[in-house]
Amino acid sequence: MGHKGNANTKANANASNGSITAPNATAPSASASGSHTHLTPPAKLTGAEIIWATLVGEGVDTVFGYPGGTILPAYDALRKFPVRHILVRHEQGAAHMADGYSRASGKVGVAIATSGPGSTNLVTGIATAMLDSIPIVCITANVSSKLLGTDAFQEVDITGITLPVTKHNFLVNRAEDIAPTLRHAFQIARSGRPGPVLVDITKDAEQATTEFDFEAAKPRPYRPHPMLHVDDLGLAQAAELIRNSKRPVILAGHGVMESGAMEQVRTLAERAQIPVGLTLLGLGGFPASHPLCLGMMGMHGESWVNSAIQDADLLIACGMRFDDRVTGKLAEYALKAKKIHIEVDPSEINKNVKVDVALVGDLREVLDQLLPRISGRDGSTWLKSIEAKKGAVAVHDIKNLPDSGHLYAAHVIHDLWRMTGGNAIVVTDVGQHQMWEAQYFRHEQPRTLITSGGLGTMGFALPAAIGAKVACPEKEVWVVVGDGGFQMTAAELATIVQEKIKINIAVINNGYLGMVRQWQEFFYERNYEATPLVSPDFVKLADAHGIPGRAVRKRSEVEEAVNAARSATGAYLLNFMVEKEDSVYPMIPAGSALHEMIRRPEKDPLEERADDK
Amino acid sequence: MLHTFVAYVEDRPGVLTRVASLFRRLNININSLTVGRSERPGLSRLTLVCEASAEAVHRIRASLFKLENVVDVDDIAQAPSVTRELALIKVAASPRNRAQIFDLAEVFRARIVDLTSESLIIEMTGVESKIEGLIEILREDDGRILEICRSGKMTMRRGHHVSSVVRAMGVAEAAVEEDESAVEGAADEVQ
Repeated sequence: MGHKGNANTKANANASNGSITAPNATAPSASASGSHTHLTPPAKLTGAEIIWATLVGEGVDTVFGYPGGTILPAYDALRKFPVRHILVRHEQGAAHMADGYSRASGKVGVAIATSGPGSTNLVTGIATAMLDSIPIVCITANVSSKLLGTDAFQEVDITGITLPVTKHNFLVNRAEDIAPTLRHAFQIARSGRPGPVLVDITKDAEQATTEFDFEAAKPRPYRPHPMLHVDDLGLAQAAELIRNSKRPVILAGHGVMESGAMEQVRTLAERAQIPVGLTLLGLGGFPASHPLCLGMMGMHGESWVNSAIQDADLLIACGMRFDDRVTGKLAEYALKAKKIHIEVDPSEINKNVKVDVALVGDLREVLDQLLPRISGRDGSTWLKSIEAKKGAVAVHDIKNLPDSGHLYAAHVIHDLWRMTGGNAIVVTDVGQHQMWEAQYFRHEQPRTLITSGGLGTMGFALPAAIGAKVACPEKEVWVVVGDGGFQMTAAELATIVQEKIKINIAVINNGYLGMVRQWQEFFYERNYEATPLVSPDFVKLADAHGIPGRAVRKRSEVEEAVNAARSATGAYLLNFMVEKEDSVYPMIPAGSALHEMIRRPEKDPLEERADDK
Repeated sequence: MLHTFVAYVEDRPGVLTRVASLFRRLNININSLTVGRSERPGLSRLTLVCEASAEAVHRIRASLFKLENVVDVDDIAQAPSVTRELALIKVAASPRNRAQIFDLAEVFRARIVDLTSESLIIEMTGVESKIEGLIEILREDDGRILEICRSGKMTMRRGHHVSSVVRAMGVAEAAVEEDESAVEGAADEVQ
């Protein structure tokens, strides 16, 4: 991946003559990529030093971590290497930050934790990355190898625990294995369908001394999944299906971004005049303002997207996996449509939806092969019929309605989009605000929406935003988070202050665990059990951390508040006190078909309608 | 329906857990699992038999391949193959009734590999049904069987190497002479 020449020669030289001074531990910008000098001959390093030297060699300049007993040798060696360490407040935060770092930059994020509880605290973050195919490498220490399996203090079988939620994991108990294993871990994390890799290193391996040779530790060449399969027949069939279709829809997922196929998808859509529906994680992969963009599909997707899918005679699935939140009831999903599935993971083919043509390979490479076979076609009739449905819905769109004195989350998010011009990375948590973000913040660029889609991890937003901001310091970063999820990881506010991270936090505060309340309203006879939520005053909470903020109660205050946050030099918190019992519409109840949609009810007291004015 | 997977996996700690865990997650019971060294240093060969729907088979094979330590996976399906199982059966036998068991063993082409005054061990290799047959006959006499140890199925395709296995091992394609059964095997894989 072009990082081969970057091994930290300075550290090697320092270590070999025994007089080690920190190159610049306090200057986070000191980056490994600056030192392109060729490698010194193999040097003797401790395992702890090898961890850092290998990370630097892999192009890592920032890690997110939390020290402890068994990882101490590594922390002791950190001062010798040009790596910025961000001290988190809980290891879950470290994993989410590495994840957010990766989603924002496309690079591999690194989280570090000690043994026992340090490593188990990572698990939710690792599973989050696994479900969304995010390349992160988690390094945990463990007790000395002779104590493994003895229930020693802070010993836990973290490779056993994380086995089902990592793409792969390793237990390393010899210093000689550290560099090759870490390099292999990076290769696994970023190759094929990316994912998290955990490397557990015993304390005695950290303390032992051995030769370090970054080049010799290179992993064996990457072996693509043997069942990848793209042939002329499949390409010809796909092209023919597209040519003969009357009502095609492209379904674009996260894979568009992972494989960097934005241009190819756009070319396919434009050349064959095919509308594009997006998954939650696909948002940004195709510009929201593009005339062919339909927006998000699925459970809270726009009605015209879902009805287009149900009416379609051809679905072209690009880097998406027909998740249940996207398909609804499988037995009634897009029954009239032939399906083409372009996907890098062979185990996804025919998993949920039986497809007619499977092109199993990297999306960008497959589309590069397919596009020469695609010629222009007239899609106007189909596009017009979809457009007509859009028009019918627009009157009921909350954002088009006049200010009634109520503050709606949709307004807040729409205003946020308008004021930032969409030029911000938005990191959401999970719940109603997440869906409103997906509906009302229009993403034009890839990697501008960071959200936990697969696992749906509350508490993700704040730490992931820290990671995103660290990866892209030049970008404006907004956290959009509910009052529930915010409290799950609010301890990371202190991390923001300690690390001087400028992010803006918009708490969408409705005093409920809103999405659960919505389900209780719709499906459990309004039995609001355990969803009303008493929260601290978030502005005061921010203040206690030295972060300024303000509460916003009216729509007329939104603009000024957003401006205050944007112009603040440091982090800023806005506590939006929104309507308490608003719901996300439309909604397809879990297990229902895509056309069985719950619309905003006629007599809902919260509903604003065009004729109210 | 019953499926037989043959896989080459790295011979290192934890690999079997990863393979087994995949089936555990899908709530699929493993009927039998046999693992041992293969013709390649550092690689073990395993034969795994499980009950799974026809649709699940593709996904299981693809998911096995996703495991970092799995080098090759073959779904034997209906391809011509040789399947064997080894059983060791310890039976109570006194000098008086030994002869009868010797005769039985003879009929089943099994061998006596241990003999004491109270018991003996029968070693038998064969297809599953043949082993079941011997056990059934031995069970006719209550309390005669003391212990049974069965290896589980081992399966190998008939004829030459399956090309995908050879490819996975990095052997030049030119060296592969695909005879009829190998071609048949390849055709199975495409499905």
